Amino acid sequence: MDMKSLYLLIALSPLAGAIIAGLFGWAIGRRAAHVVTIAGVAVSAVLSLKVLYGFLNGGAVFNETVYTWLTVGGMEFSVGFLVDSLTALMLVVVTSVSLMVHIYTIGYMSEDPGYQRFFSYISLFTFSMLMLVMSNNFVQLFFGWEAVGLVSYLLIGFWFKRPTATYANLKAFLVNRVGDFGFLLGIGLVLAHFGGSLNYADVFAALPQVKDQTIQIIPGVDWSLMTVTCILLFVGAMGKSAQFPLHVWLPDSMEGPTPISALIHAATMVTAGIFMVSRMSPMFELSDTALNFVMITGSITALFMGFLGIVQNDIKRVVAYSTLSQLGYMTVALGASAYSVAMFHVMTHAFFKALLFLAAGSVIIGMHHEQDMRKMGGLRKYMPITWITSLLGSLALIGTPFFSGFYSKDSIILAVEHSNLAASGFATFAVLAGVFVTAFYSFRMYFLVFHGKERWMDAAHPASHHGDHADEEPDHDHHHGLGPNDKPHESPWVVTLPLVLLAIPSVIIGYFAVGPLVGGDFFNGVIFTNLAAHPGLAAVMPHAEHAFEMGMHAFVTLPFWLALAGVVTAWVFYMKAPQIPAAIKKTFAPVNTLLENKYYLDEIYFAVFAKGSRALGTFFWKICDMLLIDGLIVNGSAKLVGSFSRVVRRLQTGFIYSYATTMIVGVLALITIWFSQLIFG
Amino acid sequence: MLTLTHFLVLAAVLFSISVMGIFLNRKNVIVLLMAIELMLLAVNFNFIAFSHYLSDTAGQIFVFFILTVAAAESAIGLAILVVLFRNQSTINIEDLDSLKG
Amino acid sequence: MSFPLIVFYVLSAILLFSAFKVVTAKNPVHAALWLVLAFFTSSGHWLLLQAEFLAIALVLVYVGAVMVLFLFVVMMLDINIEKMRAGFWQHFPLAATVGLIMVAEMVLILASPQAHLAGYEAAAPLAADASNVKVLGLQIYTTYLMPFELAAVLLLLAIVAAIALTQRERKDGKYVDPAMQVEVKAADRLSIVKMAAVRDEPVINETNEPQA
Repeated sequence: MDMKSLYLLIALSPLAGAIIAGLFGWAIGRRAAHVVTIAGVAVSAVLSLKVLYGFLNGGAVFNETVYTWLTVGGMEFSVGFLVDSLTALMLVVVTSVSLMVHIYTIGYMSEDPGYQRFFSYISLFTFSMLMLVMSNNFVQLFFGWEAVGLVSYLLIGFWFKRPTATYANLKAFLVNRVGDFGFLLGIGLVLAHFGGSLNYADVFAALPQVKDQTIQIIPGVDWSLMTVTCILLFVGAMGKSAQFPLHVWLPDSMEGPTPISALIHAATMVTAGIFMVSRMSPMFELSDTALNFVMITGSITALFMGFLGIVQNDIKRVVAYSTLSQLGYMTVALGASAYSVAMFHVMTHAFFKALLFLAAGSVIIGMHHEQDMRKMGGLRKYMPITWITSLLGSLALIGTPFFSGFYSKDSIILAVEHSNLAASGFATFAVLAGVFVTAFYSFRMYFLVFHGKERWMDAAHPASHHGDHADEEPDHDHHHGLGPNDKPHESPWVVTLPLVLLAIPSVIIGYFAVGPLVGGDFFNGVIFTNLAAHPGLAAVMPHAEHAFEMGMHAFVTLPFWLALAGVVTAWVFYMKAPQIPAAIKKTFAPVNTLLENKYYLDEIYFAVFAKGSRALGTFFWKICDMLLIDGLIVNGSAKLVGSFSRVVRRLQTGFIYSYATTMIVGVLALITIWFSQLIFG
Repeated sequence: MLTLTHFLVLAAVLFSISVMGIFLNRKNVIVLLMAIELMLLAVNFNFIAFSHYLSDTAGQIFVFFILTVAAAESAIGLAILVVLFRNQSTINIEDLDSLKG
Repeated sequence: MSFPLIVFYVLSAILLFSAFKVVTAKNPVHAALWLVLAFFTSSGHWLLLQAEFLAIALVLVYVGAVMVLFLFVVMMLDINIEKMRAGFWQHFPLAATVGLIMVAEMVLILASPQAHLAGYEAAAPLAADASNVKVLGLQIYTTYLMPFELAAVLLLLAIVAAIALTQRERKDGKYVDPAMQVEVKAADRLSIVKMAAVRDEPVINETNEPQA
């Protein structure tokens, strides 16, 4: 099989599964639907591994147009594949996590009436994401970008009968539009100024000519073209990767079923922005301003979203805020020009965060769709596999030495510490403080769920809950939360198997991958870093070459002790002395209120954007539409014509001789003109 | 010596007379139609005169077609007149103002 | 003054006078007759221009057919001449002004040296046996065949149109109004007559006499 058909097969087999399950799901039944979609994704996953293996052994970069989509003037929009080591890495991450999620879904969604639809959606998502990462031009990138956004919208609102779900998917869609608008403007600038092509290779080839160009968006003010383009592209990444202040959709997206929270909102789609910036590394390297902007955005996200994770009680929301915080870390790494480190963190994060999400889902199943951590506790005895795998995931997340998260996160911290950008001081503080915060909220969750008193015994049956409703039929008396005599139970094997399979890479992948990915030349020629100008990555590389020494060395560095402090604090607060957090909550009530309301960002957005656009709409409706268009242009022109005709009508006597006379006089006038030209002209 | 100018001037005068006729016979459609026939005659004069003095038969053929069209036109015009009279009992143009807005 | 020139002036005088009478005649019948005279003299002019075929055609088509048509129509219609003539001369000053300006301008144009008409004083003389009809016929049936056919269709169209316009509804026509066909009701086609459901059995005459 030649490489082109191989890559086509990788991209198209999930699509085939999605089409079969989506269009013919009613006919083939539930079992066939999951078999066909899992088969499609499994084919992709196996082939992706083969591709990655090829690149680990020095495979050749594939860059070819597969299909010309449309030609407009001199512009060609084509479907093309650029497969290099970066793509190969993303392919493996996407397809393997997707495969795990597919298997997991069999157990998680087993009672849901929208079973086939769900499988169709997640397979479609896999296809879209593959198109995104494999694209060799901006148009296809944008296609994938929008397609994953669309599927994300569909999946967040999967239980569309629930008003909160439809609200959340609308919110995700609208917030992403803001980011996509910037992204589209960025692509427009690329098209306008970078050699008129949208192919990555052509654009990068044009960089030396345009790197010092300036443009004037506000007349008289010169802006660096590179900076404006990079920041606009990054605005797209901010929307998709949920960076502050466009992060507000991600916590709400937890209204969707847990498997997609793991797949889309933790492991793959939200990392599309990180991937895109890494792909554009030659451009970002040319603008320190843009890198500073990236770094500050990432730092704010990493630290402040972590704070929010502390006060959440919904198990999924804790993981969601943790995801936001980790995405912030990746963005900081991008800002420090350590693109390979960011991609490394994308990979490790995909595994351990998918693991944490799926474990949270498993807990939710075990608790009969109860998501409030205050009503859990002591689950360790009842759900051993979930317990162990969550512990491993949490350890990876907080950066325990030798776990995968440690290598990626420590590399980020190192890179940021050694970055020479203006923002690196703040960023260093943010990522270090973030380590403590991450450890604290992760183990707060861990202790609340798996240890301590079994609070579900005395929890009254909740009157109001927002658990994952599998279905909403009123006649189906679905159980939420445990009844008085129920006990939590371990989930079926289709749920625990993905947990185990994800736990393995969560623990070990960092140790093996840090060398080639960060220290080695895996990304050579793909990700471009100007080591002389941006020394962040250079500081990491010597460490990364020796994974074991890096792990040993960690015990004497600040991040390890910060993480340990976080774990201990969580243990003291939630295991030993539960009165302390309550006291703190009382003492710092304003801070707590601020955090519980998520910094009031939703309220601000509502007041400014929602109300503002309503006011704008009212203005357009009343003034522009009613007064100007209807009143002045439509009715006004009719009135003008009417009043003019009222005058002109008097000429139309209806008598033929009037018309004849007029005609003759006209002929006479014409003759006179010709005559005067002939005689006098 | 009979020159082209003679005929052209004659045609011009004939044309002007028929224009006068249109002005004068404001009310009489039949005479209006006759005046139009006179105008076409004046035009035909021009064609034939040029055809003769340029030694080009195309002008005469054109006149031939004009005669055809004029015959058709007067036939239909008179038919309309008959229908008009049948419906309105008049051909006085002053009574024909249903086009007036 | 050469003979053709004299003929030209005489014919022109008659033509212009008759044309003037056409547009000013009181009675439309007179106008039509003056028009006949105008056409006759025109055909004389055209003979001067060696357009024999058209001269004859003008007499045959116009004088023979079109003018007869005009006369028929004028005589068929009951026209109130007095009412028509009311205010006839009232427009004469305007008409005269426009006519005179037009004549003056056109003559000035024709007379001006820029018109380049001076060169066309004499046409090339034709041979004594030159046939105008033959020349025209050759042209019409070869180069202008298509327009000629179209002219024929045009005349046919005129015939059809004239007949269609003036035709009255025929008493023996088989035409049925579709609207009426559509709107027909069952009651229009079928009438239900009341009668007794059961008839008495006819009494059999025992004598078996045939009934009257």
